[in-house]
Amino acid sequence: MYAFEIERPKSLADAVAAIGAEEAQFLGGGQTLIPTLKQRLAAPSKLVSLSGIAELKGLRMDDAGRVCIGGGTTHATVAREAAAHYPALAALAAHIGDPAVRNRGTIGGSLANNDPSACYPAAVLASNATIVTSNREIAADDYFEGMFTTALEDGEIVTEVRFPIPQAANYQKFAQPASRFALVGVFVAKYADGVRVAITGASEQGVFRWSEAEAALSKSFDAAAIKGLAADADGLIGDMHGTPAYRAHLIGVLTGRAVTAAAG
Amino acid sequence: MTKVTMIVNGKSVSAETEGRTLLVQYLREGLGLTGTHVGCDTSQCGACVVHVNGEAVKSCTMFAAEAEGAEVTTIEGMANPDGSLSVIQQAFQDHHGLQCGFCTPGMVMSAAALLKDNPRPTEAEVRAYLEGNICRCTGYHNIVKAIMAASGQDVAIAAE
Repeated sequence: MYAFEIERPKSLADAVAAIGAEEAQFLGGGQTLIPTLKQRLAAPSKLVSLSGIAELKGLRMDDAGRVCIGGGTTHATVAREAAAHYPALAALAAHIGDPAVRNRGTIGGSLANNDPSACYPAAVLASNATIVTSNREIAADDYFEGMFTTALEDGEIVTEVRFPIPQAANYQKFAQPASRFALVGVFVAKYADGVRVAITGASEQGVFRWSEAEAALSKSFDAAAIKGLAADADGLIGDMHGTPAYRAHLIGVLTGRAVTAAAG
Repeated sequence: MTKVTMIVNGKSVSAETEGRTLLVQYLREGLGLTGTHVGCDTSQCGACVVHVNGEAVKSCTMFAAEAEGAEVTTIEGMANPDGSLSVIQQAFQDHHGLQCGFCTPGMVMSAAALLKDNPRPTEAEVRAYLEGNICRCTGYHNIVKAIMAASGQDVAIAAE
């Protein structure tokens, strides 16, 4: 790693003030950023650690019945504490990385990074969640802008993520056997006004909605409703683990499994 | 350089660190606690697992500065106060839960974290919990047996 200073503010206001320096960067749980620094793929002059800020941690329910998760909340906490409110989201969090990684990695860090194979973006997009930052609120449909790219501006911190609770939901991850990241992951969420289907791991552009499947499933929430549909392989990732056509096939299979699991 | 203070195995300790000093470097190079191992240095293998405020973390993927004021437990803090092996450590010895021993500190720390949350895990739960701990001797069956035994359960495991 290149040398840098590290600061550990105790409040959100101090964190926003501390980021002012050139080449400064926020540090969430560090489970992606620290390996990146070790490979010298990033060279910040200063890291502002968010791990000491109590106001960014924890879950609460708001007046609209949404489960609201602080940006600095670890995957392990979400797995434990969201289970009673939004079981599919808790189950997703319970299968990110491994137990030690889940004790450090945070939802805000995952969303700010927007890895094209990360799990959380699929839940956020399928749930039409709201990303609250230190400056504003951003709808999920406006937040994800492509691989490792989001609507966040420099110096902006994900403070909370607000998930409307669906009538039924499920996440299916087909893990890449070595990294255990999603080779393809599908999150299906059924709300009173329709079904949303978000796909991670598959696209060169990061997480996306499969609108044809959403239309079919909104009419009939049954795996049979998408039997004839094929996801478009154009723009999907092709690498040593799978071709675009293979990933497109997995999207259909996993969507069907997610619907069956959610409906059952 | 900044002085970072924390409680390691019950004792308050301080060492000079850079911003980039990892917790595992602080423990091994700053305090001389070399029981915590660095295997992969990429947060895959789990040889560096320690407990920070009671939770298992990979000490190669956390900065020392982030453990300021925290209570840290390493493998050196696992034996009983009289120096005899803890139940988990003794079970690893009794069931040959180690071959070369390199992964063992992390395995013991992960096992302790698991049994704290789930005192009587199933074999499947033990195996799932060890997803982030790699034994390159592939001695998993005896590691799982040792953890089952440490939880006071039957150690019969079909595959040998």
